[in-house]
Amino acid sequence: MTTLEHASSLAHAPQRVRLDRGTITSLLFGLLGVALIAGVAPAIDSTTRRFNLERPPDPAGIGFHPPTWIIAISVFYLITAILGFSPHAARRWAGLSRVLSALGLVPLALVLSLALSDNAGTNVTNLFSQSLVLATPLALGATTGLWSERSGIINIGIEGTMLASAGVGYMTYAVVGEASATGWLWFSILISVLAGGLVAALHAVLSIRFGVNQIVSGVVINLFALGLTGFLRSEVIFRTGNTSGVSTSDVGLPLLSSIPVVGEQLFRGGPIYWMMYLVVFGTWLVMFRTPWGLRVRSCGENPHAAETLGINVLRVRYQSVILGGLIAGLAGAWFSMESQGGFEDNMTNAAGFIALAALIFGKWTPWGAFGGALLFGFSRALGTRLQFLGVEVSGFEIPSEFFQSLPFVVTLIVVAGAVGRSVGPAAAGAPFQKSR
Amino acid sequence: MTDTVLEVDSVTKTFPGVVANEDVSLTLDEGEIHCLLGENGAGKSTLVNMVFGLYRPDRGTIRVRGQDVYFEDSGDAIAQGIGMVHQHFQLIPVFTVAENIILGNEVTKGALLDLDTARRRIHALAERYGLAVDPDARVGDLSVGEQQRVELVKALFRDADILILDEPTAVLTPGEVDDFFGVVRSLTQQGKSIIFITHKLREVLAVADRITVLRAGKVVGSTTAQGATQQSLANLMVGRDVVFRVEKADADPGVPVVRVRGLRSQDDRGAETVTGLDVEVRAGEVFGIAGVEGNGQRELVEAICGMRPATGGRVEMLGEDITDWNPRRINQLGVAHIPENRSKHGVVAQYSIADNLVLNRYSQAKFSARGVRNTSAINAEAAALMEQFDVRATGASAALSTLSGGNQQKVVAARELTGELRILVVAQPTRGLDVGSIEFIHRQIIALRDRGVAVLLVSAELDEIMALSDRIGVMYRGRLAATVDAADATREALGLLMATGSSSATDREKQ
Repeated sequence: MTTLEHASSLAHAPQRVRLDRGTITSLLFGLLGVALIAGVAPAIDSTTRRFNLERPPDPAGIGFHPPTWIIAISVFYLITAILGFSPHAARRWAGLSRVLSALGLVPLALVLSLALSDNAGTNVTNLFSQSLVLATPLALGATTGLWSERSGIINIGIEGTMLASAGVGYMTYAVVGEASATGWLWFSILISVLAGGLVAALHAVLSIRFGVNQIVSGVVINLFALGLTGFLRSEVIFRTGNTSGVSTSDVGLPLLSSIPVVGEQLFRGGPIYWMMYLVVFGTWLVMFRTPWGLRVRSCGENPHAAETLGINVLRVRYQSVILGGLIAGLAGAWFSMESQGGFEDNMTNAAGFIALAALIFGKWTPWGAFGGALLFGFSRALGTRLQFLGVEVSGFEIPSEFFQSLPFVVTLIVVAGAVGRSVGPAAAGAPFQKSR
Repeated sequence: MTDTVLEVDSVTKTFPGVVANEDVSLTLDEGEIHCLLGENGAGKSTLVNMVFGLYRPDRGTIRVRGQDVYFEDSGDAIAQGIGMVHQHFQLIPVFTVAENIILGNEVTKGALLDLDTARRRIHALAERYGLAVDPDARVGDLSVGEQQRVELVKALFRDADILILDEPTAVLTPGEVDDFFGVVRSLTQQGKSIIFITHKLREVLAVADRITVLRAGKVVGSTTAQGATQQSLANLMVGRDVVFRVEKADADPGVPVVRVRGLRSQDDRGAETVTGLDVEVRAGEVFGIAGVEGNGQRELVEAICGMRPATGGRVEMLGEDITDWNPRRINQLGVAHIPENRSKHGVVAQYSIADNLVLNRYSQAKFSARGVRNTSAINAEAAALMEQFDVRATGASAALSTLSGGNQQKVVAARELTGELRILVVAQPTRGLDVGSIEFIHRQIIALRDRGVAVLLVSAELDEIMALSDRIGVMYRGRLAATVDAADATREALGLLMATGSSSATDREKQ
C-alpha cells in the first residue's frame, strides 16, 4: 500500500539540513565571502597599509596588501558556508568556523577601512587598550546585573544606578572638594559607590518588599536618575562653578608597563579600570567558591528549595542586589571622575543597557560577561577610530553617526544571532513570598 | 522499649477561609514507619510543613524527644534532626549533586567551599544507606529516581533522624517503588524514624508500621498495618464506601479511527523521543499506553493533537491525514484532548469557570453573535455542565484558580467531553486527584467508550491503565514495545516491559 511505503520512507529518510540559526549564519558568511571576492577585492586600493603597534613618529608595525587579506578572509567565509551545509562528520566544525568567522569581521573591518581611507596606517595597540578602557563601565555594569539576577531580581535599572552615582559622586567632589584635591576625589568616589548601593536598595525594597514588577521598578529608576541628575547638575554643580575637575591619574603596572613598544599602552590605566579586574575576579571567587555565593545562586534558581534548607531568601536577595548597586556606583564614578572630570546629562549613554547585553552574552557568568564587555568596548573603540580614519566609499565619506551606532548594531547582532540560546537564572523576576 | 521521638499535640492551623488542620495529634516512635494517609486537601502536607518549620501552628505543641520546640524556619527543624523529602523535589537543576546537598549547610575550608570533603562525606553516606549518587552529576540530568536519592542524602547529610517523605512514590515506576521500600526499611533498621505520606493504599499496607488517616483536616482514624485492609482505609479516607473496580462491560470495538504510522517527534531540547511509533485505536475501545515517564508519551500525545510537529510518519484520524494540522482544526474534527499538564495546556486559571468551559466553543453561534459574547448563554451552559460533572464551586463566575485540582480537572473534562465527540486523547487524567474524583473521571471515560468513542489513554499509573483499558501498549524509548489484551495483562509483566522494553529480561537475568 502506498501510504505505508510513504510512511516508511519518511521514517528512514536521512536527517535533512535545516535552515536554522546556524545554517543561515553560515550561508550569510558564504554570501559575504562571494561578494568580497567578486566585488570588493578587485576594486580596492592595493597600496601597502600598516598596522602600527606604537605611537608616531616612526612606529613599529606590520605592513600588508589589503586585497590579499580580504581574499584570505573571504576564502575562510566560503569554507564556513561549505561546512555549515556539508553532511555529517564535517558539520562538527561548523560551529567553530562560525565563531572564527565572526571574529574575522574585526580584521576585515580594519583592513577595509584602512584601504578606503587616505591614512597609511593605524595604531592597533592603542585600539586594543582603548577597548579595555571602554569596557570598564560595561564589565562593572554587567557584574551589577550578575549579582542582582543571580539572586533572582531582574535589574534593568543598571543604567540609572550608574548615572545617579556618577552625578551624586561628582556633585560631592564639586561641592566639598572644589573638584581638585585628590583626597576629596577618593572621598567622592566612595560617595558614588554608596549612592549606587542606595539606588539598588530602592530597587530591592520595591521589588522584594513590595513585589513591584521588577521591570517597572528598573524603568522607574532609570527615569528617576535622569531627572535627579539633571536637577543636581543645573542647580548644584553649576552653581559651584566647578563644572570640570581633575580626574584620577593613570597607574602603570610595575615591570609590565616597561615592556618595549606595547607595555606603556597596555599596562597603564586609571585606578577604577584596575579595580574592574578585581571586581570581576572577586565576583567569580565569591559567587562560585564560597557558601554565600552558592546561596545567592540557589535563590535565583529555586528560592523555595533554598527556603526549605533554612536559607533566608529575602535577606540574601537584599544583600546581593545592594552589593551589585555598590559595583554600579563604582562604574558611575568611572564616568564622572576617571574617564573625564565632570558630569554631563545622560553621560552614561546607554552603557547600562549594553552591560545587560554583555551579561546575556556571557550567559550570566563573570568571565563571560567580561568577554561581552570587551566585545562591546571594542566595537565602541573601533567606531571612534573609524571616524578619525575618514573612510570614503567612491568619493562619499561615511558619516560619523554610522560609526557611533556601531556598538548598538553589534549588540543587536550578537544578542539576536551569534550567541544562541542563553538561559538566565530560572527564578529571576518572580517575587518570592516567605511561607507562613 | 521504643521511645517517642516526635509528638504532635492538638495542633490547629488555619489559612484565610480554611481550617487546614484541626486538633491534630500524632506520635512517631523511634525506628518506625508511620504512614499519613488522606485525600488531597486533607491537610497532610500542612501538618508536615509545620513539623518541618515551614508553617507555624496557630495552636498546639510539637515536641521532639520530649522537648517542646518552636520553629522559626526550617533551619530550626533541621537543627533538631528533622529532614524532609518534598513531593516536588526541592532541588536546583543547574547545580551539581554535591552543591545541592551542601547548600545551607556548607562544608568550608577557610572562607571557601570545600567540595572535596563534601564529596567524601556524600560517598560515605551513599555507601552506608545504599543510596548511590554521583556528587559531580548535574541534578537536571538525573532521572527522577536518582533525584529522589539526592533528596534523601541531602536530609541524611544534615544528620536527620526523623525523615518526612511526602508522596515519595508518586514519581516512581513499580520496580523503583520496591527498591525504594528496601531503602526505607534499611533506614529504619539504622535507627531513623519515618513519616511517610501517601494516598496509595497498596503501599501503605506494604510498608507501614502504624497508619494515621486524615480527612478534612482532622484525624479520623489510627491503626496498624495488620489491622487494616485497602477497603477499610479507603472508606476512612473518603468517608463513605468506595468502589474500587471500575464497572465496565466488554468492549464492542468497531473500525480503527486512529491510525498512527511511523510517527517521529522531538522533545523541547531537540532529542528524538518518539522514534517511529505505530498504533491503531478502534471506535468503542480504550487503548491504554503504559510506560515510565519520559519514554516519549508527552511528545506522542502532543504530536497527535497538533501541539508539536511530527518530524516523520503520519497520523490519520477518521480517514483524514491530520499530520501537522493545528489543534483547533483537529478539535473541530471531533477529537477531544485532556492534556497532561492541566494548568499549562488545559485551562486559563485566571478566567472564570464559565469562560473555561467554553474555551473551545466560544466562537460558535450559540455563544457569540457578530463578535460579541452571549454571556447569558455561556452562563447557562456553564451551570448545566457544572451540575452534570459535579464541579463544586461557589459559582460559574468564580476564577478557575480558586478550585481544587480535582474540580479543575472536572472542568477540563466537562469542556472536552461535551459536543460531537469521536475520539478522546487523554493523558494522566487523574494525576493528583483524590479517590472520589478518580472514580468520577474513570466512569466518564468508560461511558464515552460505550458510546463508541475511541479513547487513547496515556497514564503512568499502572492501576489506572489496567482498570480502564481494553488493549494496552507499553511505550519504551519512543515506540510500543508490546501490545497486549488487557484481559491477558498482569502487573508484573507490564512492569517488566516498562522497565526493560522486553518481556524476557528476567529469563536472561536468571541465566
